[in-house]
Amino acid sequence: MATDGTHSVGIVTPKVERFDEPLPLRSGRTLDSYELIYETYGTLNADASNAVLICHALSGHHHAAGYHSEDDTKPGWWDACIGPGKALDTNRYFVVSLNNLGGCHGSTGPQSINPDTGRRWGPDFPVMAVRDWVKSQARLADRLGIERWLAVVGGSLGGMQALRWSIDYPERLGGAAVIASAPKLTAQNIAFNEVARQAIINDPGFHQGHYADHDAYPKQGLMLARMLGHITYLSDAGMRDKFGRDLKTGTLSFDYDVDFQVESYLRYQGEHFSSNFDANTYLLMTKALDYFDPAADHGHDLARCLAQAAARFLVVSFSTDWRFAPERSEEIVNALIHAGKDVSYLQIDAPQGHDAFLFPIKPYVRALSGFLERLWQEREAG
Amino acid sequence: MRADLQIIADWIPVGSRILDLGCGDGTLLSWLREHKQVSGLGVEIDQDSIIRCIENGVPVVQKNLDTGLKNFRDKSFDVVIMSQSLQQMKAPHKTLDEMLRIGREAIVTFPNFGYWNTRRYLFFLGRMPMSKILPYSWFDTPNIHLCTCRDFERLCRDQKARIRQNTVLDSQHQSRRIIRWLPNLLGEIAIYHVDKPGTDATPSAAANTAPEATA
Repeated sequence: MATDGTHSVGIVTPKVERFDEPLPLRSGRTLDSYELIYETYGTLNADASNAVLICHALSGHHHAAGYHSEDDTKPGWWDACIGPGKALDTNRYFVVSLNNLGGCHGSTGPQSINPDTGRRWGPDFPVMAVRDWVKSQARLADRLGIERWLAVVGGSLGGMQALRWSIDYPERLGGAAVIASAPKLTAQNIAFNEVARQAIINDPGFHQGHYADHDAYPKQGLMLARMLGHITYLSDAGMRDKFGRDLKTGTLSFDYDVDFQVESYLRYQGEHFSSNFDANTYLLMTKALDYFDPAADHGHDLARCLAQAAARFLVVSFSTDWRFAPERSEEIVNALIHAGKDVSYLQIDAPQGHDAFLFPIKPYVRALSGFLERLWQEREAG
Repeated sequence: MRADLQIIADWIPVGSRILDLGCGDGTLLSWLREHKQVSGLGVEIDQDSIIRCIENGVPVVQKNLDTGLKNFRDKSFDVVIMSQSLQQMKAPHKTLDEMLRIGREAIVTFPNFGYWNTRRYLFFLGRMPMSKILPYSWFDTPNIHLCTCRDFERLCRDQKARIRQNTVLDSQHQSRRIIRWLPNLLGEIAIYHVDKPGTDATPSAAANTAPEATA
């Protein structure tokens, strides 16, 4: 645990809720029962009006803030913004963060046992859509006694969930913070995902997704997928600043091993990720991204699709994000304006690329906390 | 509230939909939302101002006013306001055109370059005028397209925009009868309320013609 505990939520313990009511999915399939693992930070107030839902991105999970033990070296993935006095101030808000269905951190997913077969789901686990996640999140909200979220907040794929919340459950959230996100993927986005999937699927250890039964694992494939993904999360300028052309050992090796620091970094990231993430989950998450296109149900008119939304929106993009560039956020903003919705938008100058949404960049944090603060005040007033 | 904003507020119908271009910290929109039950959206480029709008509960989007207006749909707002920014646009005539495309009406305020003291400054000192409302050196000013009341009225005529009402203020943002007598000479800040007859399905009954400025 880090030494600076003053702004940390401290030690947190994940909780699990089990649901036995079948969940009909967009794919046409049904998940008969499932479990969701989640963490909460802060205290739910008497009228359950201070709850904020955090939706995670592709490789995220429920552990968004605090530490799991005294020996934990790293806090949750969004600890920079969740805690006492932070943007998501746990002195005031009750923050809920869950692992989505299909994940590999404790919620029901490919690594879980399929009750029909008694074996792991593996590749047979239903491909999830963003709307399925949102439906399961709504059931978790019911279970926690939260009729209406003060806000639903998410970056990247998480932002898509916040957007979906505003469309599917307009009365159940006061605000939606859609950060570094997009209304749908472009051909280029899908292309990157496809290369990542091919890397995994063509790994000899993949065994059509049944690697667990073969005591194997597509480690190389997952590593490649992550290395590719990681490049798209950073910016050209950011990588140049961080690595330049620095050499690992100081001289060129004239063989095909690591020469440059950036190679070493990517290998480390891939290595670390592939040891901690399930390949089937990675495939599933990329498909959920590819399929997301809420406007498709409304004649491909995003403004019409958002007509039913009632939330206040905060949309944030980052200048060097090329995975979901500012123009993609502006598509959402323009649709919201056309639909006559209450929307605020800002583009933050940041060198971190897509990953910027994870960093406590000052104007970004101020905008997010100002947005929540306002929702909170109006809740008290109204 | 500043007197010029008060005048703008008086010209805005209750419950209308307002677009405020260059809205700053959202003072005007915030006041209009409270007192005139308008629904409003601000457009601003300065990040600090945007954040203050968000903190004040005023919806605001970050856009460059020179390039960012094309995504707004025709007649999607009742009134489009631009306060003290028209002279900073790369192409003010296109901006005015855009405002009247997006809104049924537009309200524009700008520093009147025909103001007597500006003329005096140039005439006697032979240098680009500077004052409280024009505080910048010629080489480092955002005000790249300054104009006089008469210039603006000519532009309106050329663009077939109709001036519904207009007034001038002094540098304290006060409107006095004496300065309204010779607006292009005595007014330091000009305020115009314009629309474009023929582009709106509900033409206003009061078909004013553009008043000729004097001096």
